[in-house]
Amino acid sequence: MSIQRILSRGLLPLVAAFGLVAASAPAAAWEPSKPVEFIIPAGTGGGADQMARLIQGIVAKHNLMKQPIVPVNKSGGAGAEGFLDVKSSKGDAHKIIITLSNLFTTPLATGVPFNWKDLTPVAMLSLDNFVLWVNADDPYKTPKEYLDAVKKAGANAYKMGGTGSKQEDQIITVAIEKAAGVKFIYIPFKGGGAVATQLVGKHVNSTVNNPIEAVAQWRAGKLRPLCVFDTQRMPYKNKVTDTMSWYDIPTCKEAGIPMDYVMLRGIFMPAGVPQEAVNFYIDLFKKVRSTPEWQKFMEDGAFNQAFMTGKEYADWVAKAETLHRDLMRDAGFLAKP
Amino acid sequence: MEELNSLMHGFSVILTPYNLVLMFVGVFLGIIVGVLPGLGGANGVAILLPLTFAMPPTSAIVMLSCIYWGALFGGAITSILFNIPGEPWSVATTFDGYPMAQQGKAGEALTASFTASFFGALVAIIMITFIAPAVANFALRFGPPEFFAVYFLTFCSFIGMGKEPPFKILVAMMIGFALAAVGIDIVTGQLRMTFGFTELLRGFNFLIAVIGLFGIGEILLSMEEGLSFTGKTARINMKVVFETWKKLPRFWGTALRSTVIGCWLGITPGGATPASFMAYGIAKRTSKDGAKFGTGQLEGVVAPEIANNSAGTSALLPMIALGIPGSPTAAVLLGGLLIWGLQPGPLLFVEQKDFVWGLIASMYLGNLASLILVLTCVPFFAAILKVPFSIIAPVIVVICAVGAFTVSNAMGDVWMMLMFGVVGYAFKKLDYPMAPMVLALVLGDQAESAFRQSMLMSQGDMRIFFSNTLVGSITSLALFALFWPLIAMGIRRMRSAAA
Repeated sequence: MSIQRILSRGLLPLVAAFGLVAASAPAAAWEPSKPVEFIIPAGTGGGADQMARLIQGIVAKHNLMKQPIVPVNKSGGAGAEGFLDVKSSKGDAHKIIITLSNLFTTPLATGVPFNWKDLTPVAMLSLDNFVLWVNADDPYKTPKEYLDAVKKAGANAYKMGGTGSKQEDQIITVAIEKAAGVKFIYIPFKGGGAVATQLVGKHVNSTVNNPIEAVAQWRAGKLRPLCVFDTQRMPYKNKVTDTMSWYDIPTCKEAGIPMDYVMLRGIFMPAGVPQEAVNFYIDLFKKVRSTPEWQKFMEDGAFNQAFMTGKEYADWVAKAETLHRDLMRDAGFLAKP
Repeated sequence: MEELNSLMHGFSVILTPYNLVLMFVGVFLGIIVGVLPGLGGANGVAILLPLTFAMPPTSAIVMLSCIYWGALFGGAITSILFNIPGEPWSVATTFDGYPMAQQGKAGEALTASFTASFFGALVAIIMITFIAPAVANFALRFGPPEFFAVYFLTFCSFIGMGKEPPFKILVAMMIGFALAAVGIDIVTGQLRMTFGFTELLRGFNFLIAVIGLFGIGEILLSMEEGLSFTGKTARINMKVVFETWKKLPRFWGTALRSTVIGCWLGITPGGATPASFMAYGIAKRTSKDGAKFGTGQLEGVVAPEIANNSAGTSALLPMIALGIPGSPTAAVLLGGLLIWGLQPGPLLFVEQKDFVWGLIASMYLGNLASLILVLTCVPFFAAILKVPFSIIAPVIVVICAVGAFTVSNAMGDVWMMLMFGVVGYAFKKLDYPMAPMVLALVLGDQAESAFRQSMLMSQGDMRIFFSNTLVGSITSLALFALFWPLIAMGIRRMRSAAA
């Protein structure tokens, strides 16, 4: 065997392999080459906005990325503006978007043409909980007592306040109505903070606020939580008020309302981006999640800290979409074609 | 006086060189934010929020709230000089401020506006210092019917203003309402009048409309009139500040009414924009020079500026005491509190004494710093009017375009601004008033939501607007303001018949 043949047989593949490695090395270590636009399909000051700006702060403080993250609010048309922007930015790896339930509800309710399949799923950051709240001056101690009172008063006597129309709060309200055989007057407000205040001021009888929206009023003894709409109790056992922790709130299921609902807080990218870029962001968010600031934020807001990526995440989103379509069809919320 | 002790403690918290530097940086940035149309206080604070992440919460809120104070002061500058409101709450300041600048009295108008702003803010801060908890609870009594009554009162106190025929005012207002209805309807969750255009999903942003109507419209008009600003004779020295101060005490009645309106709307929370409109409307009604409003009256600058600053300042009270933001900027600051790990709400005063009283102490200092900074710049601002029109006009157009773009980072908004510029020009040429249209555009959306929420609550019964003393008296006041021109005419007829 001549040296040449040895070279060609033995070394060439090696060289080729090296070449491949060399070619894929920069790709595997993809990182942003310019500032990353972080779209928030909601207004300033809301839950998604807070989370996005917290992430920006964490990334900057812990130096997790060489380029900065720049949050941009595109809230028009219940978030449709933001989603359409990402949909039309095919292949742009310097754009990410944080979602809330309007990823499903906005296209279903308004007919604006987009779907989560137009985007690339990156990672689920957490799930936001919903709690049934009443005014602390009211006598109801359990969901059953409250719903019995609602039932006794007849249809359209009790008022449920919530954020927006045909979005998560109203969907939950309809699901409660179906599960318990009652009927509320649903009154839409612009933001979760306003909803909690309306309940403190007794302008509505109950709300399904996120924990973080109502916790201050709970600690001040103005509101009372009845149950959480997750499948299991919130895991945080530190006392929030003098006597109760988040963990002490029963699930609505165990309290006799057979339904559950959680809201996605996840990250998506435009379609057609390289897998290396997706991996970069997955890695980035893993780092974000391990910081003490993130942990504290999760506990303060009593979030469900589920984390998913890849196929598992896409499957979860697909299931959630079906759930939303079914709930909204039952409620008559689907846009007329 | 427990409050005084706490306040002194607050001063001791913030009187460190680090905090003082942050305060001046904040005020300075805020004035820039206020001067640039479009880049509102809310956007400015949101952009800088993540930068404060590594700071202690008290330093962070000191800097961010100082941006807000600066913006509250700075909004008036371009309103007076160029008829371009830098912020929504300075629209009413243009009505008399700009005519004054055209008469060569820009220095006076600026001094009056800054002094009035400081006065309004000071009263609001004193109120926050001493009666915070009681006042905060008042805010809780406001549900949808009460909010609607407040908006209704704002509209009614504005009817019959201006020299234009009532019919034209009505037309302008209705166009404003129609534009306000574009976009997502919060009560049904449906899109309205977007006709499939992505650009219209956001609806017509009030800021874009104002920048176009006032800024671009004014430029078009000046071009037609021979490319010159008429404010060239403005005197530029510091004396004008002291001369104006001598004239101001005369307006104590208007000052008092505007402060009450401002504090009230800041707390409820109606916001600084309706407060400035309502204060202007009421001042015009009650002043003995009311008929001359709109031609360059000092009083017409003082009223809205006091109201918007006292409203903007007191809007922070429901934010810290209840966790409800009284203005869009307060909403962003509220997000900041959560990010810094603080819980806004009734317990904040008890658990975070350093933070709350540091913030309150910084309000005193921040507003004082703003006042000093802007007053010393009065001659400089007034001198801008001496720049030839052919140089300043392109600069204004560029600033307007940048401002329109920053509102929501969209190029479509810049085109929309130009369109509104043409509309503004047409309005001026045809003698249609722009103020009612702007008022309807900024409040139409909220007024409609509040009305429909009320109707949902009462299942369509209009008596809900008289269902308790609070809402009943506001509604009655509004109806009285609405029919006042008729009542006044009736009284005059009776008098002349008797004579």
